[in-house]
Amino acid sequence: MNWRRIALISVPFLWLLGLFLVPFFIVLKISLSDIALAIPPYTPTLELSEGWSGLRDLVAQLDFENFAFLADDDLYWKSYLSSVQIAFVSTFMCLLIGFPIAYGMANAPTEWQPTLMLLVILPFWTSFLIRVYSLIGLLSQEGMINQFLMWIGLINEPLMILNTNWAVYIGIVYTYCPFMILPIYATLIKLDGSLLEAAEDLGCSRTEAFWRITIPLSKAGIIAGCFLVFIPALGEFVIPSLLGGSGTLMIGKVLFEEFFANRDWPVASAVAVILLLILIIPIVMYQRNEQKMMEADT
Amino acid sequence: MRRLTWFNATSLTLGFAFLYIPMIIVIIYSFNESRLVTVWGGFSTKWYGELFQNEAFLDAALVTFQVGLISSLIATILGTMGAYVLVRGGRFFGRTLFSGMIYAPLVMPEVITGLSLLLLFISIGLDRGMTTIVLAHATFSMCYVSVVVSSRLVSFDRSVEEAALDLGCTPFDAFRSVTLPIIAPAVISGWLLALTLSLDDLVIASFVAGPSSTTLPIKVFSSVRLGVSPEINALSTILIGIVTIGTVAASLTTKRAALRRKREQQMAEQAS
Repeated sequence: MNWRRIALISVPFLWLLGLFLVPFFIVLKISLSDIALAIPPYTPTLELSEGWSGLRDLVAQLDFENFAFLADDDLYWKSYLSSVQIAFVSTFMCLLIGFPIAYGMANAPTEWQPTLMLLVILPFWTSFLIRVYSLIGLLSQEGMINQFLMWIGLINEPLMILNTNWAVYIGIVYTYCPFMILPIYATLIKLDGSLLEAAEDLGCSRTEAFWRITIPLSKAGIIAGCFLVFIPALGEFVIPSLLGGSGTLMIGKVLFEEFFANRDWPVASAVAVILLLILIIPIVMYQRNEQKMMEADT
Repeated sequence: MRRLTWFNATSLTLGFAFLYIPMIIVIIYSFNESRLVTVWGGFSTKWYGELFQNEAFLDAALVTFQVGLISSLIATILGTMGAYVLVRGGRFFGRTLFSGMIYAPLVMPEVITGLSLLLLFISIGLDRGMTTIVLAHATFSMCYVSVVVSSRLVSFDRSVEEAALDLGCTPFDAFRSVTLPIIAPAVISGWLLALTLSLDDLVIASFVAGPSSTTLPIKVFSSVRLGVSPEINALSTILIGIVTIGTVAASLTTKRAALRRKREQQMAEQAS
């Protein structure tokens, strides 16, 4: 072990330790503290000068009060439930829209592929905030969609889309669609066309071949895409606060407001800890799927 | 097998219409004379003029670019080191923890990252400002850089590196003159990714920014909350334009590089 290797490992290691892992333990600690009218607005704080006895006093004062409060108050568990529901429904809608696009791309003439790929990646590099913003003008009561629907005579008065959960669904599907399209496209493009021909030769109809060959062989891509949409959608803050209404409950928004509007840091930290616990399951499932995909490739 | 059926053509057309129409409308309306965002009042570029007179936006843009450049540079260096440790580091104490810390920030909700970093900065007494935004951005971007660079490191032929070492290079020289040129495209795309992530970030910056260091996304977010405005349309058009030019240029460059490589390979085959 030479000093160069130690330096190479320890610089990124210590950086992540200090700026990623340690902050989590601080969140965990504050989630067990009480709110106080002080700077910082919670108690107890760690007194390093008192050494071990200070630490022991600190631990003695921590409790699960904030978590009991979260369990008691409707707002929080309703927000968790509605976040999961909104993320789940919009992931499904993303799949319904993303799969045909990925399928169309993978079956398009080869010389079109780079251009189509570019068209999917371009929104991905464009500012997220601006893409959400572009929907506001479209969905508002005097927006394009309402004007169009009234012009063709389908409706007589404008629909309320903006500031409802519908707008949140549309927002998530619109912004996260590329995350669904890309992994599905990656598995579909590798699909061996001769398998489909063989199925057709053996008497399968094209629809049957699609369900029995294309879908099972693109399963890994579909799963990856679903998690890539579901995981960030669950903690989403920008979309519900710009497109959603006062009735839209999403936990990312609740956390943000708890912290900035109510200045209740301990409760905000407890909300974050629970959100993380909920997310561990899909994150572990996603990484299992990735590993399986890597093994299938080699 | 690759043929454009009616079904595929329709799904591609509708799909891309869905992805692009909202942005195209923003671009069109940025040239609208009228302040009313739903009524077309004739072609005008006056909102661009107003945007460039708006001191608050210009200041925020300056802060954003400074933060983006510094944090993406740090993220690229740390991320490349991280990728090298992941792929070539061998076994060391805490390896599993290290790879966990590289992958976890990629799926972490921004509200949690922002909250945890803010609580860290407050507990160590670091004043909120540009430094804290740079530290926060460098931390989550370095993980993206690591993932991009390590996928390139995994796929390249290690024997060239070993050859350099056999011929008397120090490990650092071998890295600089053999490994780095090979992984350079991945390092550059990692850097671009880090820069874009930093320029776009709203949530984490909202937590860790102080009152004196408002970034462009924070400024845009607070004015967008009040509704659609022609200045924001103009700003969006400029940003969409930059990204479009950048992405198209990058894809043309890689395409040309691939063509050149193919030609060189053919020439080498003919020569042998």
